[in-house]
Amino acid sequence: MQVFFSMEGKELWVRVKGEVDLESADALRRELEASLDHAHPEVLMLDLEGVTFMDSSGLGVILGRYRRLKKQGGRVVICRPQPQVRRLLEISGLSKIMTIHPHGPETAGGVD
Amino acid sequence: MAGEAQVKNSMALEFLSLPENVGLARVAVATFAAQVDMTLNELEEIKVAVSEAVSNAIIHGYNGEPQGIVRVAVERTEAGLVITVEDKGCGIPDVALAMQPAYSTDPERMGLGFAFMQAFMDELEVTSELNRGTRVRMFKAFKGEIGK
Ligand SMILES: Nc1ncnc2c1ncn2[C@@H]1O[C@H](COP(=O)(O)OP(=O)(O)OP(=O)(O)O)[C@@H](O)[C@H]1O
Ligand SMILES: [Mg+2]
Repeated sequence: MQVFFSMEGKELWVRVKGEVDLESADALRRELEASLDHAHPEVLMLDLEGVTFMDSSGLGVILGRYRRLKKQGGRVVICRPQPQVRRLLEISGLSKIMTIHPHGPETAGGVD
Repeated sequence: MAGEAQVKNSMALEFLSLPENVGLARVAVATFAAQVDMTLNELEEIKVAVSEAVSNAIIHGYNGEPQGIVRVAVERTEAGLVITVEDKGCGIPDVALAMQPAYSTDPERMGLGFAFMQAFMDELEVTSELNRGTRVRMFKAFKGEIGK
């Protein structure tokens, strides 16, 4: 798994690539926490286009960051998940509490 | 459980309870499953179910200790695949409670593992004994002419 960060205004864009499971979930959690501490974004834009596999360990990391941002008045937007990941987001109910966005950073141009 | 007919092919895998083996297990089982003509979507479902069961064995069964043995076995019959994931860890005190969606003994987790296994497989059977271990058996039925 690889993670890439960039700040666009008040949005922290995080592009995740590879498989997010028990093996990689801790690293993802640590990297997200460190960049949230550092950047204090209003919105965490999680770009999952490059995620080829995810299970409940990955969903747990996303839900944890959602709770953190919500407490601080921010939010999490999930961008362009692959069908397998999208299905898990739906079954888990995460798609009801977070916005799922069809675009990546090039085309998003600021989400309200 | 269905699929207790003549076994056409089988495989088993044993490994230490290390997180890096979760990927190994799901890819091995999916590769075995792909010997018959399953759809990509079905293979994805099998991968999630195996990933959940093996992760549970490592995280909960062995409490994250890397010295436990996890065993994954798969049998193919005409009817489908029977996948068994076993650990000799701490066991589950109340299986029915543990299997409820959103139930977790870990506040950092969502309690979705069993819910995904249930959603993606056709049958799910969990047997567990305290301080003895847990066995998860899952059945994925073949659609149409597959497996014949
Ligand atoms: N192999 C096992 N050994 C011991 N306890 C287990 C085992 N598998 C599951 N459990 C117990 O059952 C509970 C529910 O499991 P489930 O996979 O549904 O959720 P979770 O693992 O807690 O969270 P998630 O799967 O969403 O990360 C666990 O919290 C744990 O207490
Ligand atoms: Mg689990």
